[in-house]
Amino acid sequence: MSQVTNERSIIIKPYQRHTPGTQPPMPYEPYKSTVRRSPSKPLIFLPHTLSEVTGPVYGHDPIAETDNDLTRQHKGEPLGERIIVTGRVLDSNGRPVPNTLVEIWQANAAGRYLHQKDQHPAPLDPNFSGAGRTLTDENGAYRFVTIKPGAYPWFNHYNAWRPQHIHFSIFGTAFLSRLVTQMYFPGDPLFDYDPIYQSIPDEKARQRMVSKFDLETTQPQWALGYKFDIVLRGPEATPFEA
Amino acid sequence: MDDLIPTPSQTVGPYFRIGLTWKHPSPVVAGPQAKGEHVRLKCRVTDGDGAPINDAMLEIWQADADGKYNHLDDPQQKAVDPECRGFGRMGTDEDGRCEFQTVKPGRVPGPNGTQQAPHLNLGVYARGMLKQLFTRIYFAGDPANAEDSVLALVPAERRDTLMAKPDPAEPGTWRFDVRLQGEQETVFFDI
Repeated sequence: MSQVTNERSIIIKPYQRHTPGTQPPMPYEPYKSTVRRSPSKPLIFLPHTLSEVTGPVYGHDPIAETDNDLTRQHKGEPLGERIIVTGRVLDSNGRPVPNTLVEIWQANAAGRYLHQKDQHPAPLDPNFSGAGRTLTDENGAYRFVTIKPGAYPWFNHYNAWRPQHIHFSIFGTAFLSRLVTQMYFPGDPLFDYDPIYQSIPDEKARQRMVSKFDLETTQPQWALGYKFDIVLRGPEATPFEA
Repeated sequence: MDDLIPTPSQTVGPYFRIGLTWKHPSPVVAGPQAKGEHVRLKCRVTDGDGAPINDAMLEIWQADADGKYNHLDDPQQKAVDPECRGFGRMGTDEDGRCEFQTVKPGRVPGPNGTQQAPHLNLGVYARGMLKQLFTRIYFAGDPANAEDSVLALVPAERRDTLMAKPDPAEPGTWRFDVRLQGEQETVFFDI
């Protein structure tokens, strides 16, 4: 993405900027916690330098064999509907993003997180931790086996419930392409009432967060399959002298 | 082919530790054997009321002491210090604090043949933030700050919010506050 032209000058290939409306605004009043956690002053536009177009490829420890199968991390199997979640990580130019770390976390089938701050009176599952991680392959593909998370209540407003979702974290190719998002399930009746989902103004962008049921991924007599492709910011077409 | 719309960001929510920092915390950006000036970086995150945020996550990305990023897209002809991973990630505690062990990065190339002042790139995540905020941590008192192309974009009276300050009581310790909102609000960048 960049090359040396002489000892001190290098060429940086800047990344594409988001189209307005395709990312959430800050603050977004219907999601109440954003009000005191969003800057009041405008962000300062930063032309990309080497610092932004590089980034951690994957920072951590090696991936363990059961890290991408959340149903095999304990002695017994977790309760709930077993599912396969698979897809590709692409950049906005359509190019696959290989060897990038994908991390997920989620509630159990009853809608309860294994976290001391989750006070939802639904049972924990001794056979489910709700955390997974994997690397994309050379085609940008990843695959998880897990159980379908339950919907759960939160305190944002009266009778507030989150749609079923899996949290996704993706490193990508640069610090600026780093993405944390949530994957939803098709046709969830809670979409209309969820300010986190609704925070994305652009309908096409919002649909990016909704996985698709996929019969080909579905395994007979075993598990339903969902496809979820993730698109990260990609480089602009033309490099310029930085 | 038409450009694809990138997947929108969503909040990390209150339970990110399950997936991101419990099993794999990353307080060590550069290990004890790394070249350069060793730094213990103590951060604190507060909201618009000045209250500590106990469910924030900070991610650091930085160059090694020679100003080389541990990344294929850094074209500089010099070796990466293998002791400097360049990446750190921690959740905040009940008082909104977390700390990292690292080295002061070297200067990296900026626009038009300039050199940037030593800085760490910081991503801030939290419940109540629908997307991460990006900022930079510079080192107060470094003469290179005066010629940094990014600091030059920041109104002079706000630059101080980007400065880590040495802790006079603990040599080698630097402190950096992330104030999401309010009078001393940290400068955040649209990258």
